[in-house]
Amino acid sequence: MPLLIKMLLKNAFRHGLRTGLTIAGMTIAILAFGILTTVVDAWYAGVEASRANRLITRNAISLTFELPLSYYDKIRQVEGATKVSYGNWFGAFYKEERNFFANFAMEAQSHLDIVTELVLRPEERDAYIKDRRGAIAGRKLAERFGWEIGDLVTLTGTIFPGDWEFVLRGIYKGRDETVDESIFFFHWDYLNESLRETMPERAGQVGFYIIEIARPELAGAVSKRVDSLFKNSLAETLTETERAFAMSFVTMTEAIMTAIQLVSIVVIVIIMAVTANTMAMSVRERLSEFAALKTLGFNRAHLSFLIFGEAMVITSLGAALGIALTFPAAQLFRSELGQFFPVFNIKPATIYMDIAAAVIVASVSAVIPSYRVAAAPITAALRRIA
Amino acid sequence: MSAPFIGIRGLSKSYMRGERALPVLKNINLDIAEGEFLALMGPSGSGKSTLLNLIAGIDRADEGSIDIEGVDITTLGEASLTAWRSDHVGFIFQFYNLIPVLTALENVELPLVLKEMSRKERKERASLLLGLVGLSERVDHYPGQLSGGEQQRVAIARAMVTDPSILVADEPTGDLDRASAEEVLNLMRRVNEEFGKVVIMVTHDPRAAEKAHVIRHLEKGVLNAAPH
Repeated sequence: MPLLIKMLLKNAFRHGLRTGLTIAGMTIAILAFGILTTVVDAWYAGVEASRANRLITRNAISLTFELPLSYYDKIRQVEGATKVSYGNWFGAFYKEERNFFANFAMEAQSHLDIVTELVLRPEERDAYIKDRRGAIAGRKLAERFGWEIGDLVTLTGTIFPGDWEFVLRGIYKGRDETVDESIFFFHWDYLNESLRETMPERAGQVGFYIIEIARPELAGAVSKRVDSLFKNSLAETLTETERAFAMSFVTMTEAIMTAIQLVSIVVIVIIMAVTANTMAMSVRERLSEFAALKTLGFNRAHLSFLIFGEAMVITSLGAALGIALTFPAAQLFRSELGQFFPVFNIKPATIYMDIAAAVIVASVSAVIPSYRVAAAPITAALRRIA
Repeated sequence: MSAPFIGIRGLSKSYMRGERALPVLKNINLDIAEGEFLALMGPSGSGKSTLLNLIAGIDRADEGSIDIEGVDITTLGEASLTAWRSDHVGFIFQFYNLIPVLTALENVELPLVLKEMSRKERKERASLLLGLVGLSERVDHYPGQLSGGEQQRVAIARAMVTDPSILVADEPTGDLDRASAEEVLNLMRRVNEEFGKVVIMVTHDPRAAEKAHVIRHLEKGVLNAAPH
C-alpha cells in the first residue's frame, strides 16, 4: 500500500471514539437521506409510472363529478385515439376501514388492452374477462391479505354503499418496478348493473375515460378534440395526459414533499458540519506533524491529499454503512407502510446521490483544514505540541 | 579564496508584535565552509533558531541574502523553496517530529516518497540508514515504542536519507538524558566527518556545542565571533 495512503488511513483512526462517532453520524445521515429521498420518489411513483401515450378525460368541474357513458362511442371516434376504456374510483375497504387500498371498477377488456404494464397469465386474464363478478388484484395486495385465485373477496363500499362480493380471478404483476402492485380492479358492468337496481340515478355514469393515443406528440391535439366535442354540454370534459392527471394529485401535497426534501438536505448539511469539526480538530492537533512534512518537501497538494483522503475515509465508511442499512430499512418501511407507499423502491439515483453526498461532505470538511495547514508558517506550526 | 559553502550577507528579520516590529536578527553576516559543523549558541530569544530556520528555508528574511551552493534562497518562490529544501536540507528537531502512525522504517522512507524511486529502493535505502544509526532491530517499531534517544536517531536517519548537503538541528538533545544526548551528538559528528555534511546546530548546552568545529554566539540578534 502506498505510504501516503497508509498514513491517511491510520490517521483517520487515531482518535477512535471521535472517528467512530463521526462515522456513526454519517451512517445515520445517509440512511435518513436515502429513506427520505425514497419516500419522495414513492410519492411521485404514480407520476413516474404514467405512460406518455395515455390521456385521462374527466369532468371539467371536478373528479367527484361523473361523465355519461354515452361519451364512450364519441371519444372512440376522435382522430388520434386508438383505444378507449373507462372506469370509476370505487373507494371500498376490506373488512375494516384501516384495510384501505386503491380499487377501481373498469371496463375490463379495454382496460387490460390499454394498461399493458399489468401482467396477467392468459388463463387468468380470460377467466377475469369472462366472469362479471371477477376481479384482479396486484401481487402485493394479494400477499397483504393472503388472497389466492378463486377466493371470494368481499369489499365494503363507501362511495357505493354495501358489501360487494368478487371472485379473485387473477393476480397481476407489474411489468417493471414502477408499477403499483397493490390495486384491485373489477368489472364496471358489475357495478353498473347493481346501481341500476339500487341507485338508478347513478347508473350509466363513469368517473373517467382512459384514451390511448397513437403517438405521445398527439396528446395536445387529441385532448383538444375530445374536450371540444363536449363543449357547452351539461358535463364538459377536461382531458390531460396521464402524467398531468397523476401530477394533479401529487401537487396537492407538494409542500409536504418539499419539506421532506429539505429535511433530507438539512441532515446532510448537519453531518457536513460534524465532519468538518472532526477534521478541524484532527488537523489542529497534528499541525506540527504537517509542518514536519512541509520541511521534508511535502507541498500544499500532498497535504491537501492527506486531509481530503482522511475525510474521505470517514465519510465513505459512513456512507457505505448508511447505504447498506437503507435496503433493510426500506424493506421494513415497505412491510409497515406498504398501503401508503405501494411502490417503495430505492432508485440507483438515490445511491448515486448518497455517494455524491459523501464526496461533497468530505470535500467541504477538508477545505478549511487544508487551507489552515497550507497557510500556517512552518516555524509557528513546529512549535505547537499537540 | 573560494566562495563559502553558505554565505549570509546583511540578513535581518523582525517579527510583528501588534503594530510594532520586533527585530530578531540584525544585519547578520556569516560564512559556513563545506564540511563545517557549526554550533549556534545564545540565550533564549537571541535569534539563533530564527537564523537556523532562515538558512533551512522554512522562514523568510526581511533583508539580506543567503547564498547556498551558488543559489540565493531568499529569491526562491514558495514551490521552488520547498523543492530546494527537499533536495538540500535534512531536519533534526528537538521533539523529533516523527509521524506516530508510521514505523521507524516508514518514517525514514517518507522523504523518499517525493523522489523518483521504486518502493524497493526506498525501503533498502531507509533500512541502510537505520542500520547506520544503529536501529536495524527497531525498523518495525512505532515512535511511541522507542526511547527519546532512539527516536532522535530515527530522525537523524530520516534527515540523512535524501542525502542532503546540510543538516540543521534545533536543540537536538534538548529533550534527551545525558547518555542519549551523547549518542545523538556522536552520531551527528560522525555524519559530519564521514559523510561530509554541513551540520548547523542550535543548542543551549555547552557540552553539545563542544562537538562542533565552530561555535558562534548570538545575542539580541547580533552575531558575535567566539573563540573555539
